Amino acid sequence: MPSDSPPFLEAERITKSFPGVKALVEVSLTVGQGESVAIIGENGAGKSTLMKILAGIQPPDGGMIKVNGELVELRGVKDAMRLGIALIHQELNLCDNLTVGGNIFLGREPRVCGFISHREIRKQSVDVLRQVGLSLSPETPLAELSIGQQQLVEIAKALSCNARLLIMDEPTSSLSSREVEALFTVIQSLRAKGVSILYISHRLGEVRRVSDRVVALRDGQNSGELPHQEITHENMVRLMVGRDLSQFYAHVCHPPGELVLQAAGLRTPTHPEESLDFELRRGEIVGLSGLVGAGRTELLNTLFGIAPAEQGEIEIAGQACRIRSPRDAIAHGVFLVPEDRKLQGLVLDMDVRENISLPALAGMSRMALVDGRRERSLALEMIDRMRVKTPGPAQVIRYLSGGNQQKVVIAKWLAMKPKVLLLDEPTRGIDIGAKHEIYELMESLAKQGVAILFVSSELEEILGMADRALVMHEGRLAGCLSRDQLSEEAVMNLATGGPLQAEQVQESKG
Amino acid sequence: MLKNIVLGMLLIAIFLLTRQMEPLFASQSSIGTMLRWTGLYGIMTIGAAFVIISGGIDLSIGSMIALIGAQFGILILEYNMNPYLAMVVVLTMAALIGLIYGLLITKLKLQPFVVTLCGLLVLRSIARYLTGDDMVSGFVVSDSGESLKYLTASKLWGLPLPLWMLGGVALVAGVALNRTVFGRYLKALGNNEQAARYSGIQTDNVTIAAYIICSFLAGVTGILFAIDLGSVAPNTTGTFFELYAIAAAVLGGCSLRGGVGSIVGVLIGTAILRMLYQAIETLRFAELEGTVIGVVILIGVIFDEIVRRVVANRRTKREMPIAPTETG
Repeated sequence: MPSDSPPFLEAERITKSFPGVKALVEVSLTVGQGESVAIIGENGAGKSTLMKILAGIQPPDGGMIKVNGELVELRGVKDAMRLGIALIHQELNLCDNLTVGGNIFLGREPRVCGFISHREIRKQSVDVLRQVGLSLSPETPLAELSIGQQQLVEIAKALSCNARLLIMDEPTSSLSSREVEALFTVIQSLRAKGVSILYISHRLGEVRRVSDRVVALRDGQNSGELPHQEITHENMVRLMVGRDLSQFYAHVCHPPGELVLQAAGLRTPTHPEESLDFELRRGEIVGLSGLVGAGRTELLNTLFGIAPAEQGEIEIAGQACRIRSPRDAIAHGVFLVPEDRKLQGLVLDMDVRENISLPALAGMSRMALVDGRRERSLALEMIDRMRVKTPGPAQVIRYLSGGNQQKVVIAKWLAMKPKVLLLDEPTRGIDIGAKHEIYELMESLAKQGVAILFVSSELEEILGMADRALVMHEGRLAGCLSRDQLSEEAVMNLATGGPLQAEQVQESKG
Repeated sequence: MLKNIVLGMLLIAIFLLTRQMEPLFASQSSIGTMLRWTGLYGIMTIGAAFVIISGGIDLSIGSMIALIGAQFGILILEYNMNPYLAMVVVLTMAALIGLIYGLLITKLKLQPFVVTLCGLLVLRSIARYLTGDDMVSGFVVSDSGESLKYLTASKLWGLPLPLWMLGGVALVAGVALNRTVFGRYLKALGNNEQAARYSGIQTDNVTIAAYIICSFLAGVTGILFAIDLGSVAPNTTGTFFELYAIAAAVLGGCSLRGGVGSIVGVLIGTAILRMLYQAIETLRFAELEGTVIGVVILIGVIFDEIVRRVVANRRTKREMPIAPTETG
């Protein structure tokens, strides 16, 4: 890389705010020609927002962006594309009713006399497909491709627009390990041609492999950079979390109490071929780990009656129960803090008070009339206990930050004496301070005798918070690890379940 | 609240403006007609509002009015049924139709638009079949000379009886919507069905109840219109009424996205539409009726959208200083 030419992209002091959150505060970033830079940071650190700004999807509130040393303004995706910046989304943006070639040229089809020239599409597609290592016909319907191949088509699409910088947001999150290898090979060959890469991933092992440099974000601010030789797991975690992990998690071991929930031969509707047996004890915090799609959320949904079990028995406090709906689960003291708080956890246009009281409302009404005073005092009590930052109980939930919204979701259930609390990704997308408070809350609930089962995709969280961990793989319980057996390798080993993935574990150990 | 005040001012403005152009508009009979019709239309609009707040829609209100009105007449004329018993029978029928809608929408997960669109077609054609496509009339006054006409034509303390009925329905509806657990569930469901379900609310039952209420109130309106007009023409009575009801509800602040709406707003919305209608009649340019009403609703919705954005923007700016903080 010639050092006298300006870097391909320079972003300086980018600032962006959303209702209730400062997503980015004066974040700066440079990417050289052909350089591969990884952005790391926890959920909610501002990575995705930064990417969206660089791709022209959202305008920044402040700061400036230079491309090839020239100040530019990105008013839309078109502007960014013209400058050679392309974003490969986490969720692919392809039409699976079209062919591969049709997708590559979607929106800018070559035309002859106003009609689409399929011959031209074919000719030009073959070339970009070769560049991403795909040897298939542009006529292939996209629906026939695997997710990994579709991802490569998306990259081919970017290349056909002469992209000079590819921004990849969690590109490997749904790929098999062989597809990941194929992707990395493509990335290497693109870099050799001078294409720059901006790579976002939670998988630190991958980050180490693909990037020349690591830029870390924390709470919407730059929290440090690592040159290639300093990219280690420990360094990255330190920059992301800003403290030692042992201080961060509030965990103390609990002596498990008597049995609260026992599942025998449980079959979920998503994986009816697997029979699940497990138990939860009073005062115990159990982590539920596994890869995306392993059936963790589905298991919680079955316990909560959202997707009732096909077969099997659930005993709660020694009593056999049929859980056919959330109402049944709630009646037995089993509560769920769902995965997507905006979609499942909250009624966004209602206020804090109405959200907190929603599940408890029927119990505190008189002759079908809502008891406004009791409702309000419950809300005030919960706001105080959960330390929800809100101007008052009448604040519309939509305007609270992610962490405070999540506290409200949990507060909904605390009013009703939980026996078993199921938490699905309880700290996803919330800032570090609120995260810490949620860990403390889990601790104090466990101390009061609540059995907690929580799903987390962040291994550190499982390692930091769980008394023991259940690990799922393709719908089955691959194993249970006690506190002394818990390690990143052990969890990954069970979660991936095959010898092929064992190498990966080795590599990520670093 | 603010919205209702603005709507109220709009109502007064239309009144004063039209009176300026045509003093007859403020005559006692003209005002009486407006109030009576507001009463009749308002009852079905409140029903429509419940469905709209639940996040659904009912396109079959007009057909329901025709079917219930016709069946009411037939029961009296052909079966010699006591008119009050006939009312009970046809209202039960209306509620059952609402129950069927609700079951189709919740248990089979069909779209409300499709289900009630089919209702619109089916109910109207049943009305025509039952009547042999002939006008039904002569059921208001019985052989012994008793007349039902008082229900829509008489006055109580100077106000038309239908307006009192609307007042009663609105009071019950207002309490149900704002003070009961059901009302809270309905709003939660309309705003976010999943979150409501994840909170243990039996959302199916709440949805079904909304359609029963809507169909029941459409049935009530059907009976009242049959009595007021003295006849039911199965192929024309009630046509487009569902659209008037939806229009009035939307003008009154109900969002078709669900979760939002107030009974007071619905009342003012209905009153504005009826007054506009009357004003157009009085000023004699009936061909432009659709234009005027359509434009007024559009302006109302645009105004509402602008206010919403300004409020949201101001809120964002004001609450910005909550930066993420570190603890631990």
